[in-house]
Amino acid sequence: MTGNRDREPIAMTNPTTVERTSERDLVITRSFDAPARIVFAAWTTPELFMRWWAPKSLGMSILSCEMDVRVGGSYRIAFGSDPANAMPFFGTYIDVIPNARLAWTNEESAEGAVTTVTFAEKDGKTLLTLHERYPSKEALDANGTGAADAMPEQFGQLDELLATLGTGGALP
Amino acid sequence: MVQHTHTRFDTSFAALSDATRRGVLEQLGRADASITDLASKFHMTLTGMKKHVGVLEQAGLVTTQKVGRVRTCKLGHRQLAEEAAWIARYQQLWSARFDALDKIVEELKRRENFDDRE
Repeated sequence: MTGNRDREPIAMTNPTTVERTSERDLVITRSFDAPARIVFAAWTTPELFMRWWAPKSLGMSILSCEMDVRVGGSYRIAFGSDPANAMPFFGTYIDVIPNARLAWTNEESAEGAVTTVTFAEKDGKTLLTLHERYPSKEALDANGTGAADAMPEQFGQLDELLATLGTGGALP
Repeated sequence: MVQHTHTRFDTSFAALSDATRRGVLEQLGRADASITDLASKFHMTLTGMKKHVGVLEQAGLVTTQKVGRVRTCKLGHRQLAEEAAWIARYQQLWSARFDALDKIVEELKRRENFDDRE
C-alpha cells in the first residue's frame, strides 16, 4: 500500500447529478478540482472540447468542432466517424461571461434546448451547473432517445431494457 | 406527472446501475418469477438475489408478493421504470463526459503549474 496521501485516490471521481426539475427543464451538476478559468477553457477551446464532449468510452466521436465564443457567435459540431453520415449539432451563443457563464441555443430543430452552464468557483474548485430548457415537455421526453442515437453501444443496452419494460406485463 | 425528487432518482439510478438488476428487470419484463427462479437463472444464492430484489423494490421498479412460501416478483410501475431508465441514460452520458473532462482539466492544471515554475 502507498500509505496516506493528501489527495484522493485517482479512481475517485466527483459525482454527477441529473435532475429533471420540471417538464421542460433538466439540471446537471458536477464539481471539478480546478479553478473556473481552467474548466471554462475546456468548454470554449475546440481542440479541448472535442476530446471530452464525445467520450470514447461511449463509442462516440467528433469529426469537427468550430466555436465562435461571443454573444451572437455560432458553434457547429459534427458527430460521427464518417463525414458522409455526420450528425451536425449547431446553434448560437447567447450569453458569454468568461470563467463564469456560458449559454447557447441549439438550432438543428425546433425542439432544441437553450443550455446555460455556470461555473461557480470556491476554494479553487468549480461547481458546474448545466441547465437545459426545452421548448416543450415532448421535446425533453424525446431527447432522451435523441442523445442515445449518438452513442450506440452502452446506451443500446438501456434502450433494450426500456423496450422490455415498455412491453412487459406491468401495464394496467 | 414529471415532478421528481432527488431521492427517487438516486434510488432508481442506483438500482439500475447493476447489471444483474437490469437483467432481473428484463426477465420480469417477460414473466413474473419467484426469488428462487431468479436466483437459479442468475446463478446466485437466494440471499444474494433477495438483496437485489430488495433494491429494485425500494426503487419501485419491482413489487413482490408472498403467497404461502413463495415470494413472487413482478415489474413495478412501468412509468417509474421508464423514467428511471431515461434519467440513467443522461447520467451515463454526462458522467462519461465529465470523467473525460476531468482528464483535460488535470492536464491544464499541470501545464499551468509547469508554466508558473518557468
